[in-house]
Amino acid sequence: MSSRPAPQIGFSFEYMMWIFTRLSGLAMFLLSFIGFAGAFWLGARMYLTNNSFVDIGALARWTFFPNPNHVVNTNIPDVAVGWANAWWQIMQITILFLGATHGLNGLRVVIEDYIDRSWLRTLLRGLIFLLWIFVMLFGIYVIQAS
Amino acid sequence: MALKRNVGLKGLKYRGGGPMLAWALHRISGLAMVLFVGMHIVASFVMQQFGSDWATNLNIVYESTYFQLIIIFLVYFHAINGMRIIILDFWPKLLEYQREVTWLQWMLLIPMYGLTAMVMMLIKLGGE
Ligand code: HEM
Repeated sequence: MSSRPAPQIGFSFEYMMWIFTRLSGLAMFLLSFIGFAGAFWLGARMYLTNNSFVDIGALARWTFFPNPNHVVNTNIPDVAVGWANAWWQIMQITILFLGATHGLNGLRVVIEDYIDRSWLRTLLRGLIFLLWIFVMLFGIYVIQAS
Repeated sequence: MALKRNVGLKGLKYRGGGPMLAWALHRISGLAMVLFVGMHIVASFVMQQFGSDWATNLNIVYESTYFQLIIIFLVYFHAINGMRIIILDFWPKLLEYQREVTWLQWMLLIPMYGLTAMVMMLIKLGGE
């Protein structure tokens, strides 16, 4: 048994996705720190349960996807003032792009580890690509419309 | 043309120890997150547009403490293990310490997850 070998360095699709997976992993770490800091700075720290602990589910929603529709259930007073601006919209689109691309490409990698019939691979690749387009368009719509 | 690697049941019988457990969990956690995020998006959309019961119920499950305890474990594991993979891939010399690093990773994960889970359970049991 051997593990999936790292692809050769070069301008191949496999290598591009390999390096993208790693860089997007690092970037998602960075974005989560920024989101976390923003959540506290802009008042998610006010959202305490029992006056002593932060509700971690709510904090995660504020950290990763501070979309007005996503956080309505947390009683933060000034969503419109602090969050409904281009900066947080760009942050949301970035995290959507990185997460969807990293995750769906990961799905492709796993599938191609188990399936080696080439027509089926091509078909599934196409499906995943469509899914990716769909998630991106849909997500950007949700971010911009709310 | 068969795959030359064992990624199926034969792969499971392969006794790779800690690093192999990490590989399997990385795969499972990654796929689980894709599934969760995907379903959550669909459910929220359907809930918002049509107010359907199944979508609302699905999101109620997603918001429950027990479900979140599982998801948070998977996210923490994937993030920490992913970081290890990235570091080892960029500095292959460190691969020599693969096993030790895998242990170290659990030593980071357990207190981080334990603390998070504790706070969540305190809130849950605190009755709010
Ligand atoms: C800080 C966040 C993250 C880091 C550091 C990270 C890191 C990584 C790395 C390094 C790999 C490659 C593993 C390999 O080549 O064996 C990977 C694979 C993968 N990731 Fe992530 N990831 C993160 C977040 C996510 C998220 C949010 C999702 C889901 C939406 C996800 C889904 C996947 C999937 C499905 C794979 C493929 C698994 C496999 O090939 O076995 N990851 N991740």
